[in-house]
Formats: sequence, structure tokens, C-alpha cells
Amino acid sequence: MVDLSVKIGELELKNPVLTASGTFGYGEEFSDFVDLSKLGGFIVKGTTLNHREGNPYPRMVETPSGMLNAVGLQNKGVDYFIEHIYPRIKDVDSRIIVNVSGAQVPDYVAVCEKLAPLDKVAAVEINISCPNVKQGGMAFGTTCAGAESVTAAVRKAYPKTMIVKLSPNVTDVAEIARAVEATGADAVSLTNTFLGMAINTETRRPCLSTITGGLSGPCIRPIAVRMVWQVAKAVKVPVVGLGGIMNGRDAVEFMLAGATAIQVGTANFIDPSVTGKIVDYIEDYLRRHGFNSATQLIGAMEA
Amino acid sequence: MTKKYIQDFTLVDKRQVTPACHLLKLAPARGGSLPTMLPGQFVQVEVAGSKTTFLRRPISVNFVDSCDNTLWLLVRCAGEGTVSLVNNPVGATVNLVLPLGNGFDATPGGRRLLIGGGVGVAPLLYLGKVLRDAGTSVTFLLGARSAADLALVEEFEKYGSVCISTEDGSRGERGFVTMHSVMNESFDLIQCCGPMPMMKAVARKAREMGTPCEVSLENLMACGIGACLCCVEDTTDGGNVCVCKEGPVFNIDRLKW
Repeated sequence: MVDLSVKIGELELKNPVLTASGTFGYGEEFSDFVDLSKLGGFIVKGTTLNHREGNPYPRMVETPSGMLNAVGLQNKGVDYFIEHIYPRIKDVDSRIIVNVSGAQVPDYVAVCEKLAPLDKVAAVEINISCPNVKQGGMAFGTTCAGAESVTAAVRKAYPKTMIVKLSPNVTDVAEIARAVEATGADAVSLTNTFLGMAINTETRRPCLSTITGGLSGPCIRPIAVRMVWQVAKAVKVPVVGLGGIMNGRDAVEFMLAGATAIQVGTANFIDPSVTGKIVDYIEDYLRRHGFNSATQLIGAMEA
Repeated sequence: MTKKYIQDFTLVDKRQVTPACHLLKLAPARGGSLPTMLPGQFVQVEVAGSKTTFLRRPISVNFVDSCDNTLWLLVRCAGEGTVSLVNNPVGATVNLVLPLGNGFDATPGGRRLLIGGGVGVAPLLYLGKVLRDAGTSVTFLLGARSAADLALVEEFEKYGSVCISTEDGSRGERGFVTMHSVMNESFDLIQCCGPMPMMKAVARKAREMGTPCEVSLENLMACGIGACLCCVEDTTDGGNVCVCKEGPVFNIDRLKW
């Protein structure tokens, strides 16, 4: 019997497989395809203080081995989540983590204060790395001072596990990771999408309404693996790895690079049942390689 | 909401029906019956073996043949993904996520005009069949650039009267569908699928005539199940909503065009 459980700060997960915010809805959308209770947890759509309509269409374009999106944090706001969505999903036997975004520091604090009393919200993931909004988002995640300001403020207001989601659109991601660790993050997750752009050469117009967008999918995976490896060496808090994980092998790769848990994002669009298969793969991998615990994979690359 | 499946199918038959379009017939790979599908719903097709594509391709349900247990997809070769799809040999396995979205209003009764343009005729065949089986009078108005681009006319003739518009006049009346003489008749509901400019013209005409009208949108989408929020349409009553989940069929009263 292998032990798949891992810990992110105080938060125990039955296995390391999480879903990336914005790619798994509120879990319900996937319940016909995967047994949600099989997952370590699921991270619900980026939630803001007030309703957001997001960016105009078109918001998506397919690119080689990936896609660009510019959704722009469309959501109905934290009060709607608490009143209408939370009651529907709270009894799923898995960890619910809410991704939180804001235009200014008090927005993040206000959302986290509202989420803190919800028993079944096990943690928040603070998004300081959304590339598709004009205010806030990535602006906080690309400087140490910005990242520290959000992390420190949320830390005072939110007693449970706080994961801070980092932007890859920086020169030195390890420096940002150290800054959020020092100001109270229980864990960091990386990477969010990479800022990218595509042009329709026939119309000579940008493919996205916002011109630039966030690149995801297996095209970013080697860069994300490298960043997870760098950050895992730089901080003591757990690292949650994501970026183009398409299958169990990719998930193991991130853990070998130093991730304690992983998130599956864009792959959910291609195979909505993939997360369950990844859990099975990791269990089988541990057995095949003679490990008895998933924790033994963390940073186990032999260089 | 209907239960959704991810399921392997076998390509049992394919034929080219116009220079751009192929008809693919798929049967469940492991036997068993097809999931219940409503006219206007769509499937997300995995494209294996394409070097440059990545996402599934949303394709509308063209027909559900309960006699031989096949699902028909009418696929226009629009890019590398759809070309790879139609290049599959008979016998190949094709993975589908289905059935997705909400269909056309298939409540029986009244006189229906079903307007399709190009590959957009696809979902109207199954809609016409379901309506005809329920005793509803169906008129199809099919538009294309020229006679050679008209797909499956002989199939449409099984389920209703067929009117045709071609831009070059090579078959039926010359011009766009909105110029066809059948548009002067009165209908209780117009249901339309085709290129965006055509659907907008049909919607304008329907408003002028005071006839209720539904259109099927094909906004670019990634997941097809309402998770990624990429395929949104700005609606009068709900702001940005997912075409894949709340559509693809919308009453024109909900649209801002």
C-alpha cells in the first residue's frame, strides 16, 4: 500500500493532484467525467470582491501545443460564490481551495475575510499573477514589494492555509518566492500563464481582444519545470507545480523537480477525465519505483 | 442537464459531400447505444495525429441514425485539425465528449423555417427529422455559394420541403437566403445556422417580419463544458455567457446583434 498523501502547510491532501484555477470551473462541470472525491483538491475559478464581466470576445486562440487566453477573471463575485456555489460543492469529499484576485490590496483582504468562516474552504490561493487584467493581478506579482504587500495584508486577515500563485513573467522568480515566504505565505504555486501574443496575418488583427494573453499548455512545461526547480531550492515552504501537465508522467516530473503537489490546467479541456488518470498513474509510478510515499518523490531528481 | 460522456467511437463510414465538406458516420467503439442527443447539440472531437493542433474541435450533431446506431458529423475542412479529422481511415477510433450544449426548440407545432448556410446546414437535418417525426411542418432553406457546395440535399428532402439559394444561381434561386421568395411566407419560428453575416441578416429579417428566431453560434471555444469561459457571447439578460453551455442555440432576443 503506497501513501499518496502530502501536506501544504497545515493542509493535508489525500494525494498531490489539484486542478488549476480557471480550468475546472467549480468542479461541478467535470462531475460527469471524474469522481471529484478522488482528487487531492480543486481550486475554483478566480474570485474577486465584485462581479466581473471579464474581457470582450475573442478571448482564446489555439497555439502550437498550447493556447492563449484573455478571459480576464470573469466571475460573479465572492458573495455570489458564498451564497450560490459553495452550498452546492461543499459536501464533495475533497479539498476546496478558492483562488482570489483583486485590483488593490484591500480587495484581496476583503475576499479572504469573507471566505475564512467557510468550513469547507480549506485554503486560498492568492493570485498575484493574472496577466489579463489592467489593474492588480500580475502588477503585484512582478515586484517583490507588490508581492509582499498583498501577502502580508492577507496573512493578517486569513488564518488558514495561504498559497501565493506566482507569475513566470519576471526575471528572477526565486526572489519573488522568497519575498512571499518571508511575509507569511504557507506555500507558493507556479507558474501562472506566460504573457504571449498572436496575430491573424490574413486580417492583420490581434487574435485576442486584449492583444496579449496568457499562454498555457505543454508548450510552457519545460520553462515551468525549471522555475519550480529554482523556487524549490530557494524556499522552505512547499511548492505547488503547474504548467502544461498533460498526464501522470508530467505530474511526476514536477514533483521530481521539487513540487509537493501539482495542478492540472489546460489538459482538462482536452481530456476532462485526465485528473483521475493522473492520480492512478502516480500510485502506479510509486509502486513501480519502490517508493511507499508520494512525499519521497518531492525533489527526488538525481543530478 | 443531460449527462455528458467521454467515449471512443469508430469511424464506420465517410464520404466527401462537397469540395469542402465530409460526412463522417461514427458508432460507439464498444457497442451499446448512443447517448441521447438533442438537435442543435454538439460534440467535442479529439484530433489525433495533427502536428499543429491541440484542442478538441466542436462539431454539431448532423444526424442521429437510430437504425444503424450511428452519429453523423458534417465536417468542413477549415484548418489542420479538421483536415486531420477527415483524413482518418474508416475503422479509426475517434474520441468524443458529448452531448454538449442546449439544442434548438424542438417542441412540435406550427410552421418552421430552418435556414442553413454552408456547413451550417448540419444541425438542421436532425432538427428537421425530429420535428417531422412529431408531425410538424418543416421547410428547409439551404444556402451555398454554388450548387456544388450544397451538402446532403437528398437527405433534407426526406424530412420537409427544400428551398435552395445559391450565390451564383447554379441551383435554386440566385442570391442570399434572405432574398429567397420563401421568406415572404409566414412562419411561426425560424431556426438558423450558418456563417455569422448570414445569421445576422436572417436575424434582421426575422425582426422585420416579427417572427421568433433562433440561431446557433460557433464562438471559438476550448473546453466545451462551461469551464474555461473563452467562448462567451454578450447577452441582453446575462452579460457574457458561455456559448458551449448556455448555447450554442440562442433566441435572437438574447443577442446584442
